[in-house]
Amino acid sequence: MTSPLEQKKIKIAGPSVVTANRTWDGIVVYRTAAKSWSADLSEAAIVRNSDEAKALLAESVADDVGAIGPYIAPVQVGADGKIEPGNLREQIRRTGVTIGQSAQV
Amino acid sequence: MYAYDEIDRTLVNERVSEFRDQVKRRLSGELTEDEFKILRLQNGVYLQLHAYMFRVAIPYGTLATNQLRALAHVARKYDRGYGHFTTRQNIQFNWIKLAELPDALEDLAKVGIHAMQTSGNNMRNVTSDQWAGVAPGEIEDPRIWSELIRQHTTLHPEFSFLPRKFKIAITASDHDRAAIKIHDIGLKLIKDEKGETGFEVLVGGGLGRTPFIGKTIKHFVHGRDILSYIEAILRVYNQYGRRDNIYKARIKILVHELGIEKFSREVEEEWQQIRNSSLQIDDEVIEDIRSRFTYPAYEKLPHMPDELRQAAADADFEAWRKNSVAPHKVQGYSIVTISLKPIGKPPGDATAEQMDALADLADKYSFGEIRVGHEQNLALPHVAKRDLPALWKALDKLGLATPNVNLITDIIACPGLDYCSLANARSIPIAQELTRRFANHELANLIGRLHINISGCINACGHHHVGHIGILGVEKNGEEVYQITIGGRADEGAALGNLIGPGVKFDEVADVIEDVVEAYLALRERPEELFIDTVKRLGVEPFKERVYATR
Repeated sequence: MTSPLEQKKIKIAGPSVVTANRTWDGIVVYRTAAKSWSADLSEAAIVRNSDEAKALLAESVADDVGAIGPYIAPVQVGADGKIEPGNLREQIRRTGVTIGQSAQV
Repeated sequence: MYAYDEIDRTLVNERVSEFRDQVKRRLSGELTEDEFKILRLQNGVYLQLHAYMFRVAIPYGTLATNQLRALAHVARKYDRGYGHFTTRQNIQFNWIKLAELPDALEDLAKVGIHAMQTSGNNMRNVTSDQWAGVAPGEIEDPRIWSELIRQHTTLHPEFSFLPRKFKIAITASDHDRAAIKIHDIGLKLIKDEKGETGFEVLVGGGLGRTPFIGKTIKHFVHGRDILSYIEAILRVYNQYGRRDNIYKARIKILVHELGIEKFSREVEEEWQQIRNSSLQIDDEVIEDIRSRFTYPAYEKLPHMPDELRQAAADADFEAWRKNSVAPHKVQGYSIVTISLKPIGKPPGDATAEQMDALADLADKYSFGEIRVGHEQNLALPHVAKRDLPALWKALDKLGLATPNVNLITDIIACPGLDYCSLANARSIPIAQELTRRFANHELANLIGRLHINISGCINACGHHHVGHIGILGVEKNGEEVYQITIGGRADEGAALGNLIGPGVKFDEVADVIEDVVEAYLALRERPEELFIDTVKRLGVEPFKERVYATR
């Protein structure tokens, strides 16, 4: 995983969110505009330029108790405003494993 | 089985209390993630894509039935009802909550299981042959020495902050089932000309982005000197190993850069200073450890019982027996490998129900003992041959009698991009598709022994470099691309596979593997010539030609 520090150098190429894992249980969460975390991608704050991304990431990193390992992740925003993950990794983080039922019986 | 003493129990219990306090301070904000990370890693807790992952050690791959039931309990109570057996005799739980981890650890501690040093830059779980103590022809039970090293290296203050992780594997048989040549230190138990027990010591093996086969650093180290010799290696590594670049920090890089001759001189110099110290092992110490391993009271049984003779008429039973059942050192008994590779399922996964049921079967048929192998399968080490038909029927009901051990569908695969935060590509779906393609047992049997290993990134947790066929997933322009190697092996003839050509897309992997296998079937000189031997004889070219001629 790219560290937040390294990501500060990255210019975002399109709409992005900040995602992390919630500290107490590890589930995938997204930073919201209300300066909190949500497990629902549709509630994520969207950033569209590097300055916005840096600010959202800095604020997320500061909330070390709430979630860990925050980083900027690309998303796609549909004409209807619906937010979808921007790559396979984030798709898997959002919707879960792609291997069907993990259990054997 | 090994019986822990009061020191072990106290250590494990204290560790649970310590970690409970650390988790409490983390959740209250008293500890930052930066401060906490090293502490959780020392207790086997990673952060993966979806959740924390909890890796539990199964030292030298030996489990008692109460321990397997405890793992089932953790899977059921704290996770999602299953666990994943890894390539280093560990089990991983993928959905654990940090807040509940101390309780899970406490439940495991009650049966002597822990997660110490299953991650972090320290001495990892000491692994061994899953057939230890029962394999015909082995020098002696390598777990005695594994346990000695486990005790010595657990929480060893000098080696708790190494440049990088450090893995030791031990075998006592000519056929290496512990993959010692791809470990930081590989130990092979041998006898010298006087009949004294000692070790051939290999160093600098490892996979990852810079794979190396381990080199022999000393042909014979007496058993009484093995701790001081290992310590000498570790001291040289600790002193000279790189800490400025994580990708160059493993001992294999140091051995490669210094050269084995210079490295061994450094070790020898260090060793001579510490050899005649308290690190020299008294026979009593070894005998004390040996006495804590209990062995079954085997019965005197016939080589070919009636039950087995009668069951031989059942083709399904015979298919399973042929691949799953191996000779035991005691007449009338067998070692049974239990495939955790059902067709279409994730390699190495077992449900809580399967673990509980296997524990019952081990109590009934294997003197209460289960083994875990690096191929991500389990084994029952002491099964009376007369019980094989009944055991097979019981395993079949549990979905654990797939007759594919050592065949093409007995695939090693890392968790890949479905779980792992380091992965670039998925591994498990590739394995699932390949098991479906080669599901026909007659076809798999016709192909014969063939190991496919799959990794979802260059870190090589799926040991792709040493698969007869290796598959490495990478990411290229946002797409999953897979590089195929052939000719690798992880046993006593360990070798790294060679790339057959450009990477192929996710949807093409199974087709390519089918092409490689078809080429092999056409090229082999006789049915007994294994895939790996055909590749050795002919090289990569004919396979490359077959795969890329039409692509």
